[in-house]
Amino acid sequence: MPNFTSSPRTLKRNRSERIFRAICQSAIALTALFLVFLISNLAINAIPSLTQYVVRLSLVVDPAKVDATQIAAGDFQAIVRTAIAAEFPDVTAKPEKKKLVKLFSTSIAENLQRQVTADPSLIGKTITVEGPLAADADSFLKGQQMSVSALGENSDFEARALAKLKEAGKLTREFSWSLLTNGDSRSPEKAGLRGAFMGSLFTIAITLLVALPLGVAAALYLEEFARQSRLRDLIEVNINNLAAVPSIIFGLLGLAVFVNKFGLPRSSPLVGGLVLALLVLPTIIIASRAALRSVPPSIREAALGVGASHQQSVFHHVLPLAVPGILTGTILGVARALGETAPLLMIGMVAFIADVPTRITDAATALPVQVYLWSALPEAAFRSRTSVAILALLIVLFVFNALAIWLRNRFERRW
Amino acid sequence: MTTTSLNLTKKYRLRHYTEPVVFSLMLGASFFAVLTTLGIVLSVASESYRFFSAVPLQSFLFGTEWAPSSPIPSFGFVPLIVGTLLITIIALAVAAPIGILSAVYMAEYATPRARAFAKPLLELLAGIPTVVLGFFAALTVAPFIRAMGAQVGLTIASESALAAGLVMGMMIVPLISSLSDDVINAVPQAMRDGSYAMGATQSETIRKVVLPAAFPGIVSAFILAISRAIGETMIVVMAAGLAPNLSINPLAAVTTVTVQINAMLVGDQEFDSAKTLSAFALGLTLFVLTLILNVIALRVVRQYKEHYA
Repeated sequence: MPNFTSSPRTLKRNRSERIFRAICQSAIALTALFLVFLISNLAINAIPSLTQYVVRLSLVVDPAKVDATQIAAGDFQAIVRTAIAAEFPDVTAKPEKKKLVKLFSTSIAENLQRQVTADPSLIGKTITVEGPLAADADSFLKGQQMSVSALGENSDFEARALAKLKEAGKLTREFSWSLLTNGDSRSPEKAGLRGAFMGSLFTIAITLLVALPLGVAAALYLEEFARQSRLRDLIEVNINNLAAVPSIIFGLLGLAVFVNKFGLPRSSPLVGGLVLALLVLPTIIIASRAALRSVPPSIREAALGVGASHQQSVFHHVLPLAVPGILTGTILGVARALGETAPLLMIGMVAFIADVPTRITDAATALPVQVYLWSALPEAAFRSRTSVAILALLIVLFVFNALAIWLRNRFERRW
Repeated sequence: MTTTSLNLTKKYRLRHYTEPVVFSLMLGASFFAVLTTLGIVLSVASESYRFFSAVPLQSFLFGTEWAPSSPIPSFGFVPLIVGTLLITIIALAVAAPIGILSAVYMAEYATPRARAFAKPLLELLAGIPTVVLGFFAALTVAPFIRAMGAQVGLTIASESALAAGLVMGMMIVPLISSLSDDVINAVPQAMRDGSYAMGATQSETIRKVVLPAAFPGIVSAFILAISRAIGETMIVVMAAGLAPNLSINPLAAVTTVTVQINAMLVGDQEFDSAKTLSAFALGLTLFVLTLILNVIALRVVRQYKEHYA
């Protein structure tokens, strides 16, 4: 009897089976590797920005520099400069004093002003004020930069000054809350994500308010009420095509219609939200239709059987049962909108805006746009901050997706 | 008795009045999709019309120089579409093998446990915003490629088509794999069983029976992927740059349609210049191009589904 299992041909075929299988597995492995590399690369880049060197200066709030009746006009920078000079009594030359001042963030003076405004009785007293070091000094202390000057100039003097401060225990390394609580700034050590968070929040709120009712109503019409007709086909073809239109085109639409025709304020979350609403509308409609379709016909028939009208059967019985599925689809759509950047660039939500927006018509950015803006800046400290912004964005998206999955598992019924 | 019946009649009457209103509201909501398409076509087309009244259509479609800011501006579309296609081809060269092989693995080989790991993995990749991938392409992949090129003596532009294309390829992998996964699963089991009965191994069955049967569906996944790559903005804005070189060298810097739309509109703009209007002409071209691709893909898929239904 011939031995088939060890014939050369069988062995060859079995080997090629194993090879093909391994190739298929490595395709998935490559994808996993890419993801791991992407996330770990971001995390490593982000770590230096999570902490910040904070300096404590004790200073005299000089009544000559600040008038209690006009605190806002006070020269707080000068007070801080005096305090810095007092830390280094042996430095007398003017250019070197200037170099010292550059090691400290200007937000120290802003903190001082805030304290004095809150409590004018501090004027004339000696108090302690906290604030971050300037970004270059901070990066140098963390070992990210070989020299205190980002341009790589000789900076031994600055390095010695920082070492002296550190030995004197004036410096502490703290979690950089300012990254979450500040608005945007040109100085890396002062820049924060609060403006972008609020911008995204307003934008997404508008998107949800517009897209959810419209999407659900359209899905109800198409799934429950529309008869097979040319009109319905037209609408369906439109929805399917819109789902595949590049997002940048929606931005052009928003610019031409909402901004130029309707005169809504450029760069505002209002316009951004409307554009994103149009963008996610097809997604929400498709998801809602699937949710409505999964409600069994017996529910509708039972309602009709006890005398409900067609609409009553839908609104009292079918729709409530479809809500979990609709919400899941909506959350996934909103998560997609939250990560969209290109349409927001078109309608001008891409300017440098230091103020945190308080209304939907204020000029604002959004979280992904902030990532784009920071990534284009030359300072190394901003590069690290961009990674933090990205991680913040990914965490928000992760929460949204987890919520959708939880909703699906918790409330979805199998019929 | 009489009062309840009165109330009921009243209620019924109300229902007759409110329901047509609710119905027309729902009808109106579903018209928003049509309105959006109309809005895109009308607004973008009317701005494009103004552009083409200043710049002749032939010189836009066949011009080989794109220099909107020069004293004598020229709006030649060719370098942009060549750059776009170059990056798209690189992206597909990455995404097609990885996407299809992952789909084959998920549909044919993976145990339920492996599938429960691989599917969320691909969904995770699909959920990463493209601005994040653009940042990765520009600040990690591009310098890496440049350093590798320097090792072997190649000069590679810091904003090379290769870096943008590679990362865009990874972006498209989930799209191709999930669509291919669906079509591979739609191939009837009887075809596989027939192949096994003839003594074929599993990989022989996949290569000679399943994939040929799923071929039309996979082609439509490709077409959708191309449409997605052409319309992708953030990765190319951040990693491909602005230089309108007419080049098919993947190591050179090229620019794309979406990059130029963005460049024409961001910053100070007077709205009537040919420069800003050119963004709408580019947008219209992009819209038409992707629409044609999507329609073809949807048609191929429908025919394929009918074939096995």
